[in-house]
Amino acid sequence: MTVSAKTISAQRTLSWGRMLLWGLALWGLVAAIYRLTNGLGASTNLSDGRPWGLWISIDVLAGIALAAGGFTIGAIVKIFHMKRFYPLLRPTILTAFLGYVIGAASIFFDLGLPWRIWHPLVYHNLHSPLFEVAVCVMTYTTVLALELSEVVFEGLGWRTLRRLVGAIMIPLVILGIVLSTMHQSSLGTLFVLSGWRVSPLWRTGFLPLLFFLSAVAAGLSMIIVEANLAARAYHKKLDQPLLAELGKYAAWVLLVYAIIKAATFVMSGGLAALGENLWLTLLFLVEVIVGVLIPLVMLFSARVREDRHLLFRAAFLVAFGVLLNRFNVSLFGLKGVAYVPTWAEWGITLGMMAGAILFFDFMVRHFPIFEKGH
Amino acid sequence: MGKKINRREFLKIAGASVGGLLLTAGAVTASGKEEVRPFKPVTDGYAMLYDATLCVGCRACQNACRRANNKPAELDPTGLYDAPNDLSGDTWTLIKLYKSEDGQTWSFVKRQCMHCIEPACVAACPLGALHITPTGAVAYDKNICFGCRYCMVSCPFGVPRYEWDTTTPYIQKCDFCTSNGRLDRGEPPACVEACPTGALVFGTRSELLAEAHQRIEAHPDRYVDHVYGEHEAGGTHALYLSGVPFEDLGFPQLDEKPLPESIKIPLDYAVPSIIVGMTTFSVAAYLVTRGEEDKS
Repeated sequence: MTVSAKTISAQRTLSWGRMLLWGLALWGLVAAIYRLTNGLGASTNLSDGRPWGLWISIDVLAGIALAAGGFTIGAIVKIFHMKRFYPLLRPTILTAFLGYVIGAASIFFDLGLPWRIWHPLVYHNLHSPLFEVAVCVMTYTTVLALELSEVVFEGLGWRTLRRLVGAIMIPLVILGIVLSTMHQSSLGTLFVLSGWRVSPLWRTGFLPLLFFLSAVAAGLSMIIVEANLAARAYHKKLDQPLLAELGKYAAWVLLVYAIIKAATFVMSGGLAALGENLWLTLLFLVEVIVGVLIPLVMLFSARVREDRHLLFRAAFLVAFGVLLNRFNVSLFGLKGVAYVPTWAEWGITLGMMAGAILFFDFMVRHFPIFEKGH
Repeated sequence: MGKKINRREFLKIAGASVGGLLLTAGAVTASGKEEVRPFKPVTDGYAMLYDATLCVGCRACQNACRRANNKPAELDPTGLYDAPNDLSGDTWTLIKLYKSEDGQTWSFVKRQCMHCIEPACVAACPLGALHITPTGAVAYDKNICFGCRYCMVSCPFGVPRYEWDTTTPYIQKCDFCTSNGRLDRGEPPACVEACPTGALVFGTRSELLAEAHQRIEAHPDRYVDHVYGEHEAGGTHALYLSGVPFEDLGFPQLDEKPLPESIKIPLDYAVPSIIVGMTTFSVAAYLVTRGEEDKS
């Protein structure tokens, strides 16, 4: 029952890529120490006119949306019983877990008083969308850790614990679906309350629904992207028909998203705002054309889905579109003073990403991430 | 592993978890109705009226505020004058000067927290550190805040400021002299007490609204026919009279809807529906597709 990952382990090399990752992680560590010892003002370019910056946009908003693959693949395999997708389950749960850990860690660094990060457990404002996000993200990260622990226990050969987690897996997956629906949409609610700050190109009361739908599309697309990257990194064969099927689901979700986005855009007077600000209009057009329409057309074509490279590109564009959308809503299109992140802000963001890739690699080498479980 | 027994086990636990989730949903909705501490709007709280046409820009209010709330001065390069440019981590209120481009019209304007009846910052604060006091003031509990700064993102007046230059930063904003105890003793805020020209008046909101309209009626030539704060964002406890358009003084044009109302549907209705709906959907999907399991 204990399956080790010897075959992959054997390929360990100190490549340039690995050195780059360790370098970024070190940069992140220095930046993290600097942030904690010198404070937000010294380490970031945040200000009264720009209270939220890079960490909130990329690590919290975009990162959590792109990690939505965790709950979707859980639903596909465990709830809809489509066990053919099982090979994708474990790597996706692992990346989703890392995505949420990065999100939580960046919230830690972003808080003015990080050591109070546990306060939502004690102090509640049930009328705050951010309270809901905080509680859901805390709980869901725990859920993902438990889902992942199955792999760890299996790797370690701890059969009793493995069985114990296995027994509560279905309720965990269901809890994950409910929590994800809640916080993926509530991340959008954050920018409904502060809607006056959001550019009219993105300002709508339907942001919660749009955030949820785009997260599902991005999550599915990221599974495709990551499967391709993992196949290349670990010289694995790609199960293209499986990814093609996933691409088809992503296409349908993206279609619903595109229709609702178009309708709410027109309803909330976005058309009149087109061209008002050239830079924002350009960002909007890139987001909807490159990030939604082109991959939408691509994903609905069977020829694209069956082609490994084309499907990868289409999925990449969806993920890019959602990333850009979150930046547009929370940074580029958000009223505030000009802002360029500091070396410490970039360092913490890039360092955590590098750390996540290194951890993923560690897990793949030592635990049955790619092996078939039971 | 006996697959069938396991599945039955799963089902039992799934059922239990549905029950648990439904209970949680119920609890969340129920407690949402009872939870009033941060968010109970006061109908006729204490207010202040600032009449820009009476203000001579002496900034006595600014200094009184510093003394009453222990805020250090923000000195100009000569080190002789307290000369803040804007609200900041040290400055809760200040007098600004507006001048038109041709220099013909000008007006002073006092910047401070508007003390909304239904504040966006209070709805935003995940912890309830920002809250409405029984007097109607919007106050801040620094022992609760963890520094997420969502209040700063959501306040349409750009009032909450942050102590960026320390390693233990807190939100800073006018609290209507709540934390120094003046308001609870029934005393007017320090800034109002210091005002030598009567440009600042203290009273209940209804008294001051009546006073403001009276002034406009008595001198229609002197005022813009609008009491800023009467209706903006559902109404504020800081009320303004001016001789120049309020946009020129830096006030945003807001409709009468309180900002927190925009998130009523997603938060108070959609969230409980999601909890119940998604749980039911997932369990149903699990049961329906159970027989069609892939061979793998």
